[in-house]
Amino acid sequence: MAKTGSAINYEDCVIQVENVSKSFGSLHVLRDVDLKLYNGENLVVLGRSGTGKSVLIKLISGLLKPDSGNINVLGQRVNDLTEKELMQLRLRIGFSFQNSALYDSMTVRENLEFPLVRNKRNLTRAEINREVEDVLDGVGLLQALNQMPSELSGGQKKRIGIARTLILRPDIMLYDEPTAGLDPITCLDINGLINEVQERYKTSSIIITHDLACAKMVGDRMVMLLDGKFDRQGVFEEIFNTDDPRVKPFYDYNFIV
Amino acid sequence: MGRKFNNLLLEFARLHRFLMRFFREVVSPPFEFKEIIRQCYEIGWKSFPLISLTGFIVGFVFTKQSRPSLEDFGATSMLPNLISIAIVRALAPLVTALIASGKVGSQIGAELSSMNVTEQIDAMEVSGTNPFKFLVASRILATTIMIPILCFYVAGIGLLGGYLSMAAKDDLSILSFFTQVFETIKLVDVFAMVLRAVVFGFTIGFVSTYVGYFSSKGTEGVGKAANSAVVASMFIVFIEELLIVQVLSLIS
Repeated sequence: MAKTGSAINYEDCVIQVENVSKSFGSLHVLRDVDLKLYNGENLVVLGRSGTGKSVLIKLISGLLKPDSGNINVLGQRVNDLTEKELMQLRLRIGFSFQNSALYDSMTVRENLEFPLVRNKRNLTRAEINREVEDVLDGVGLLQALNQMPSELSGGQKKRIGIARTLILRPDIMLYDEPTAGLDPITCLDINGLINEVQERYKTSSIIITHDLACAKMVGDRMVMLLDGKFDRQGVFEEIFNTDDPRVKPFYDYNFIV
Repeated sequence: MGRKFNNLLLEFARLHRFLMRFFREVVSPPFEFKEIIRQCYEIGWKSFPLISLTGFIVGFVFTKQSRPSLEDFGATSMLPNLISIAIVRALAPLVTALIASGKVGSQIGAELSSMNVTEQIDAMEVSGTNPFKFLVASRILATTIMIPILCFYVAGIGLLGGYLSMAAKDDLSILSFFTQVFETIKLVDVFAMVLRAVVFGFTIGFVSTYVGYFSSKGTEGVGKAANSAVVASMFIVFIEELLIVQVLSLIS
């Protein structure tokens, strides 16, 4: 089921990536990449494993530094920011990791409280509890409040990971392989949650995936990373209506095999 | 050869940056008091059972082994003097540091590297928390504070072990044993013990956090980090012991 009806403002570009390149030693991962994310949009980045999709969102969040090019996020040039300014900017960016990256020595409640108590130090205990329960309820896992991450399933961990990023009410969400390693039913749940987050929290998102069902369900627009560059972009049909041997197997594997 | 030398220089540069960053982060607010206290509890309090047993055995065995040599000269009454100097000047800091390298160093190395592998450190960074301050600075501070405290405790329990070893053969009261001990130990000996313990504590914290924080990805990286934390900490502790002994003997 393709996605429709997102409230996107094409006048307001929240992320702009210009001519960005990134290499690790002799391995050139991204070559002069350009990308725009508009306010309210869910942008899906497709591509084979190891093509630099995760590197791209790590560059956007400032976890990695580009070799060349500019990255503008919410009007700020990430390359020029000091550590302190970058920390402030990151509060407006939610990052959902591929393996959830929950703090395994903390309970679900403590995981969710962690960013909150450290960044909004004036909140009372009652306010913190309300925020935690509200966001946990939003991902449908209020009953897991006092559980340890090791007691949760893969899908539950993903949901808690997303809840932890939502607790700071970010303007932008970056999802790294949100459905990787999950069963089809849980994938549907996670895709539904991504759309719900967009609608409820008015976020703009970049979703990294090679799951085409996920791409079709959550993406307002898609780009495909091929040989270190974004060669194809558009809606689902525009991307896959091609005989390009680098693109066709993607579709065939997901929908025919 | 040239490439290996380059890598070595790069490693030194990274170590230097890590050290400078520690000093910068440790004096700049916000301070992680809660985490430092939690780490002091983890590193210090939880090491007490192991440290107690080891300290007691070291004092007991050292006294038992030293006795025959002094007996040959009819100088068994000097045993408390010998034990106190040996324990305070050398054994207590060294035994504490070696036990802490094994227990605390491996724990810190494995914990940080597994957090690195599972992207928990990145997650901390993107949620507006400084992971260096929270994870690294707090642990280095905690080992620097707790190892000297543990060292005093090891010295006490080692001397008690020494007393019990002596009391098994001689008719000696605990009061006269410890009076002789405190008459022998000089302030400079206590100062040297604290200095050693602080240096060793800082070393164990610094080395373990460094190898954990920069561990290679994958489960193999976790094992390597835990192993390197122990081996490198112990090795550096011995080198430091050698240097401190030289410096102190020059001063005194």
